[in-house]
Formats: sequence, structure tokens, C-alpha cells
Amino acid sequence: MLFTVNKSPFTAGNLKSCLRYVTKESPILLYEDGVYGAMAGTALEPEMKETLKTNRVYALREDLKARGVANTIEGIQLVDYAGFVDLVAEHNICPWI
Amino acid sequence: MKFGILIMDGPYQHQASDSAYHFANAAVAKGHEIAGIFFYNDGVNNTTSLMTPPQDDRHISKRWSDFVQKNGIDAIVCIAAAKRRGITDANLIKGARISGLGQLTELGIKADRLVTFGD
Repeated sequence: MLFTVNKSPFTAGNLKSCLRYVTKESPILLYEDGVYGAMAGTALEPEMKETLKTNRVYALREDLKARGVANTIEGIQLVDYAGFVDLVAEHNICPWI
Repeated sequence: MKFGILIMDGPYQHQASDSAYHFANAAVAKGHEIAGIFFYNDGVNNTTSLMTPPQDDRHISKRWSDFVQKNGIDAIVCIAAAKRRGITDANLIKGARISGLGQLTELGIKADRLVTFGD
């Protein structure tokens, strides 16, 4: 199951609750304001790193670029919209909106 | 693979419609089929032909209209949400149709994946 998060973890609780409920090995995709969760050096980084031990985490490159986020947490994979489509084709999707 | 797309937020305020548009384009480019696009709640505002954004900005409703017509995609606008927001056949973009929520269920059944974009 692919979990997608589109809100900043610093304004909404989506990403935090997603990290709490996500099953091991389920990939997580951060897009729109959700990409702020991929930013390196934030208070959320330790939790993201913990998640990366058991889950693959992706962030949408276009949305990172639009927000000027250049430094992402090591281990988070960047995808474009084509990669987004591939992830949805590969997994059932659970939009954590 | 058959994708269904659900759009629940309006244009220019939130990114949902833009994300959905880029996703749909990428899906078509990869050879996937879009079984339908359902506009629900404030998402119906993406289908008004009356919007006239500045020329240097994207024209969201025209972009959807061109996309669904070019690719022969069924674009469905929720009637209850449309009536509340003053969207009727008189100001609906070409290529879209107004219908009931049952069509969303149909889309969910028909598509392999239903992808939701909203706030």
C-alpha cells in the first residue's frame, strides 16, 4: 500500500499520524507541501530516519523545487510525476489527506 | 492500467487540481488509461468556462477541457456540488458532463486505482 502525504508536517498532523500507522515496507510518497517532511535538518528528521529503516520514502522533485528545498534527508528518493505514476501502478494507494 | 482521478478542491487556491493535471498527463504519457476524472465538492470550480485568468498564468479549466477532449477521457462533474456553486450546462467546459455521485462509484469499480487529489 502506497501512502501519500500532501501537507506540511509543521502545519498539519498527517505525516506524523501516517508514520505512526504505516505498515512496515509500505512506501510513503511526499508531494505538495508534504515535501517539507523530506527537508534535512528539521525537528522531524530523526523520526523520518527511523522510518527509513523499514520503509521507502519518496518525495516529488517538482514540488521540492517549487519550494526551494534543496537539502533532503539522506535515503529519501526523489521522483518526478512519471515516478509518481509508477508508484501508484505498483501499489494500491491510500491518500493520507 | 486504468486510473480514476478524483479532484476535491478548486483552482488557484490549492495545488490539488495542478497535481492531478500533471499526474494525469504523466499517466497518459506512460500509456496508461484514464477511466475517468470526477470533480467533487469545490473541485467542480475547475470546470467553469467563465474563468479568465491573466494571460501569463495557466488557464486551469481550459487546460482540463483540452486534455480530456484530446485524450477522449470522461470528465464527470458532481451535480449536487455543481448546483451549489452555480455550475450548469451553460457555463460548463467542453468535454465535461454533469452527473451524479453514483458515477464516482462506477469509476471506483471500473478503475484499477482511484487517485484522490484534495486538501
